[in-house]
Amino acid sequence: MRRGNVYLLIFILALVGFALWSVVPLDRNVFGREGLRLGLDLKGGIYLVYQADVSDIEPDNRDEIMKGVKGVIERRIDALGITEPTIEIQKQGEEYNIAISLPGVSETEKAKEMVGRVSLLEFREQDAGGNWTPAKGTVDDEELTLSSRYFKENTYITVDQFGRPLLVFEWNEIGAQLSQQITGRLVGKQLAIYLGDEPLRGADGNPIAPVVQSVITDKGQIEGLSLVDAQELSRLLNSGRIPVPLGRWVEKEGSNVFEPNIPYLEGITRPTLGAENIQKSIMAAVIGIVLLLLFMLVYYRLPGLVACLSLGIYGVVLLAIFKLIPVTLTLPGIAGFILSVGMAVDANVLIFERMKEELRGGRSLAAAVEAGFNRAWTAIRDSNITTFIACIILIWLGTTETLSAPMVSGFALTLLIGVALSMFTAIVITRTFLRLIIGSRTVSNLAAYGVKPVKTK
Amino acid sequence: MIDFVGKKRWFFLISGILIVAGIISLAVFGLKLGTDFASGTSMTLQFIPPVEQNSLAQAIDELGYGKITPQPEGEGNFRIHIRQITSEEADELAEELVKKLDSQVEIIAFYSVPPAVGAETAHNAIIAVIIAAVAMLLYIVWAFRRMPSPFRWGTCAIIALIHDVFIIVGIFSVLGGLAGVEIDALFITGLLAVVGYSINNTVVIFDRIRENVSRHISPDFAVTVNSSIVETLGRSLNTSLTTLFVILALFLFGGATIHNFVLVLLLGIIIGTYSSICISSQLLVVWEKREWSTLLPWAKRAV
Repeated sequence: MRRGNVYLLIFILALVGFALWSVVPLDRNVFGREGLRLGLDLKGGIYLVYQADVSDIEPDNRDEIMKGVKGVIERRIDALGITEPTIEIQKQGEEYNIAISLPGVSETEKAKEMVGRVSLLEFREQDAGGNWTPAKGTVDDEELTLSSRYFKENTYITVDQFGRPLLVFEWNEIGAQLSQQITGRLVGKQLAIYLGDEPLRGADGNPIAPVVQSVITDKGQIEGLSLVDAQELSRLLNSGRIPVPLGRWVEKEGSNVFEPNIPYLEGITRPTLGAENIQKSIMAAVIGIVLLLLFMLVYYRLPGLVACLSLGIYGVVLLAIFKLIPVTLTLPGIAGFILSVGMAVDANVLIFERMKEELRGGRSLAAAVEAGFNRAWTAIRDSNITTFIACIILIWLGTTETLSAPMVSGFALTLLIGVALSMFTAIVITRTFLRLIIGSRTVSNLAAYGVKPVKTK
Repeated sequence: MIDFVGKKRWFFLISGILIVAGIISLAVFGLKLGTDFASGTSMTLQFIPPVEQNSLAQAIDELGYGKITPQPEGEGNFRIHIRQITSEEADELAEELVKKLDSQVEIIAFYSVPPAVGAETAHNAIIAVIIAAVAMLLYIVWAFRRMPSPFRWGTCAIIALIHDVFIIVGIFSVLGGLAGVEIDALFITGLLAVVGYSINNTVVIFDRIRENVSRHISPDFAVTVNSSIVETLGRSLNTSLTTLFVILALFLFGGATIHNFVLVLLLGIIIGTYSSICISSQLLVVWEKREWSTLLPWAKRAV
């Protein structure tokens, strides 16, 4: 047994051990990675892209504002306890899109509401004609409307002595000044609260419009809401306000019209379909791979067995890589994985065919193995280049903002990683095992290598 | 020894018929573009109890969504591609379908793609195909640099490649015309993934031909080529077989969502293997022996 082979064997065993440790069980947390990351087509979920109407915002401030939008949506989603959401701002020229992916969510309406939800409470007073108009005050020579814009983001829910929910808020500096002016002149009169253009309604369905008892400067509370509404409102208020309208631009009668709250791009997969997809892919993978292993065993005998072993190692290491990077698995990604297993065998087939030829040519086992690997190496390298080229181009194509993009790049990425790893397993792992077996002289019958013994002339 | 080179006329004839049929189909039916490229809304509807494809198509037409061919996708499921609607409108459509078809409908997948995105994806897909073509060409130039006449060998490999693409696209054109099968971004993905596969097989065989030419195994180029094909046959078939096993399993048992994608891979591997064994090397022989004119049907057969 050569020393180099022993070192390689130790290295391989360490690699397999590490891969197994990080993969089993699949949902264990390793280096902050929890389980395999599944795409929307496998886990089910919602993908939404909104266009932002930034026409009212100074071009220089747009980047900042959009970052704020992202933050607000993130906080709202967090509050709902959705795991692994991704929220991305996509800037295309002068346009801003916001892409939201919510794995595992199936309630479309709720998801959309969360994004489109108006969260600005506006205080209104009654004018002489009885209409509710925004309650305004003046701060630093500027006329401002009293609204939740001046709340501190620390609203909370409490209950009064009768067990009724109260939404408690604090004014910031500007809010305190405004409130002092407005409540000062409205003592004994009603102050209504509006959510967008609609009055905020209490548990009894009536608009909430309390009578001002005294001048309010720092703190206030809203009474009469149902507990659920109060909690929802508090959450929205604390997560902040989305400062730009989100929706889509549509062409209507020759001009561009902005439709708020309607997503520009929308994709929904029900988790049931996702679960079915996973189950079927796993079954297909198992059947395909078992057939493949049987074929290798029957056709190539002992080297086939070695190839099966290295394929097993290949599978475990690949899963570990997917989990650690992490690669988001999609349905085509699984196809890419399965295809790469099929292709991984290719390297072994190339080597074994060469080996057989060398054995038939009357070479010794050890010489045949070395010649098989050396001669097959260029073919393996060359034959994988086209796959690499295709994968890199596909990963680029997968950057296009479309629904199938994650599928395209998912396939290309898994195939790329798979093929690269397959070269390593064939060259390092299969070769080491074969050298060790031959070096130990346990199996020297040529029939075990799928070659009829050559009769000595 | 199987005579792959001697039967070249048959192979050329079969491929010729397939390609011409594909071109006719492309001229008649064109290609049906999916939501990725043509935009609009596509959704997968689950019906309990199952409904007939025809009655679904009719119901959708009656509701004003145009004439479409619903695509069966798994048991009781159909995928439909209509103009772009929102998910709220889709829910209304589903309710209408419940009334019309007397079956419970659930939308299990929904995609809506605006025209601008569809156009961009189509644009990018075309760029991807062009870049891939150039990259493969460069690869071929590089891979054949040691061959006796790189240009000739490279051209034969490229003809085989174009042959594969034409046949696959042709088959999908026929499927589109007859069964309403659409091509999407995954179709392009599958196509790019398998053309590389076909070139690989060709390169391995050509490499062996080069080796055998330098070993002077026969004065006749046709014999040299044929024995090269036969010597590498085990490798060519086994590689394709192992890959076919797994792809076939995916095709038969995998999820319906990627059925057409897996079909591209399946066709690509079969056709790619066929063209590398039966077409590319034979072209090399014809070129070497300057037999082009004998391929024409009216040419006298060399005895």
